Amino acid sequence: MIRLEGLPSAGEGLSKTKASSKSRKKFLDTVVPPIGFFILIIVVWELISASLSGSRKFLLPTPQSVFIHGFLARDAYSEILPSFVRTSLLALGGFAVAIVLGMLASAVMYRFRWLERAAFPYLVALQAVPILAIAPLMAVVFGYSFVAKGIVVVVIAFFPIAANFLLGLRSVDSGLDDLFRLHRVSWWTRFWKLAFPTALPQLLTGFRISAGLAVVGAIVGEEFFQAGVPGLGMRLLQYLQSVEYNRLYGALIMSSLLGIAFYSIFTWIGYRVLRNWHESAIQPES
Amino acid sequence: MKTVVEGKPSLHETANSPSLSFEGVGLTYKDGTETLKDINLKVERDEFVSIVGPSGCGKSTLLKVASGLIDASQGNVVADRDRLGYVFQDATLLPWRTVASNVGLLAELHRIPKIERERRVKEALELVNLTGFADRHPRTLSGGMRMRASLARSLTMEPEVFLFDEPFGALDEITRERLNDELLQLFTTRHFAALFVTHSIYEAVYLSTRVVVMSPRPGRIVAEFKVPFSYPRGPEVRFSAGFAQLASDISSELRRTELE
Repeated sequence: MIRLEGLPSAGEGLSKTKASSKSRKKFLDTVVPPIGFFILIIVVWELISASLSGSRKFLLPTPQSVFIHGFLARDAYSEILPSFVRTSLLALGGFAVAIVLGMLASAVMYRFRWLERAAFPYLVALQAVPILAIAPLMAVVFGYSFVAKGIVVVVIAFFPIAANFLLGLRSVDSGLDDLFRLHRVSWWTRFWKLAFPTALPQLLTGFRISAGLAVVGAIVGEEFFQAGVPGLGMRLLQYLQSVEYNRLYGALIMSSLLGIAFYSIFTWIGYRVLRNWHESAIQPES
Repeated sequence: MKTVVEGKPSLHETANSPSLSFEGVGLTYKDGTETLKDINLKVERDEFVSIVGPSGCGKSTLLKVASGLIDASQGNVVADRDRLGYVFQDATLLPWRTVASNVGLLAELHRIPKIERERRVKEALELVNLTGFADRHPRTLSGGMRMRASLARSLTMEPEVFLFDEPFGALDEITRERLNDELLQLFTTRHFAALFVTHSIYEAVYLSTRVVVMSPRPGRIVAEFKVPFSYPRGPEVRFSAGFAQLASDISSELRRTELE
């Protein structure tokens, strides 16, 4: 029956221009598989939830239960939405500082090679320190403040930006380098007109990696500090302790959405910036 | 008639001071590798000198020394480096800039005012037949068109000395011959001194007033051939008996120096 209803609309499609039916096919090809997969996840979730014995059912509430009690209920969204905004601001603020510091560090190391040799190993070491291990120290030094949580974000988001940008700056084509040297330009001119644009694809890759990490850092920071205006990280622990698993899953989903949003926004920005000239944007990766 | 009138004063003018000259130039790297040895060569305005030699003999290095990218360890190089054009093996265009913006790059680096810059870009694009492609990005152009853009970029600085480092080596035969003709046209209208490095003897003979043969490393000049054909030259030159003979002479000289 459904198939029969579908047929006339397919006939309509034929009368339209070839281009529009092609773009519609492309649209369906890109939209249908993820939606199908989403439905599959919900079904599996539902099945697992149903298979749990009565006493363990609270561990995984059904999807509709999470949706209704974790989001739709007034006292649920009135808690989670402000927390979502709070965590977004924390991640965004820390990320912005990480961008500025990361790019500045790379540019300075690029300018003074001896400084790169001196400082870069320590940046790598900083990257290797588990973020939870330095969080207590941050708390002691900066107090349980927004700034202290922000520093956790900066520490975790800094390295991919600095490392990728430096790599990009170093990958200037030797022929172009000769051309600029030939015309005896200043270091600044060479940086702005040659090295910086050359490094843009790598820099944007750094942004993309760090964007996701910034959200992780924000939530870890909030979970550890457990003070101040409650963000998603605090809510997660709070719901866990008070055994409000509907809301716990709600907060969990919001946290994931935040991470996905950050990653997508910076992937999109990268695509916009590079689409005219860089291979990565000409054939966008999935 | 016209070329004679124009040619005379310029010949006279440059008789005393060549546009580009090497006097006993040698280059030895820090590790002791001798790359160039006792190079003596003068290129005057309205002269087109090609260098052929076995790979690795230091032909490209000689251009780098001429331009000042590398300092010679012995001898003197005289060249007006403010009016120097340099076309590299690759087109070396900035991929994020349009063709017009790439062509205007050198004028921009030398802080030439925008209006003058735009005038020069327009003129240069016309000279290399790229006018319709001003707003395209390099990636969308063919190899030959990219090389034209690269040539146009150098033309904006109105060079007196033009260095070419195997500019057409990566192009197919048909494109290469077309660009040879376009370059000849530029040479006869713009009056510069050209030093052209190539692997192709035919290209060297077709374009040049003189062809210089270099030895394997350390590169020395072992022979010099005068090319007797007058400008403007057309493709028919390639089929003349003198052309084949000269190319064969240069070829055997090249083989001889490689065997030594």
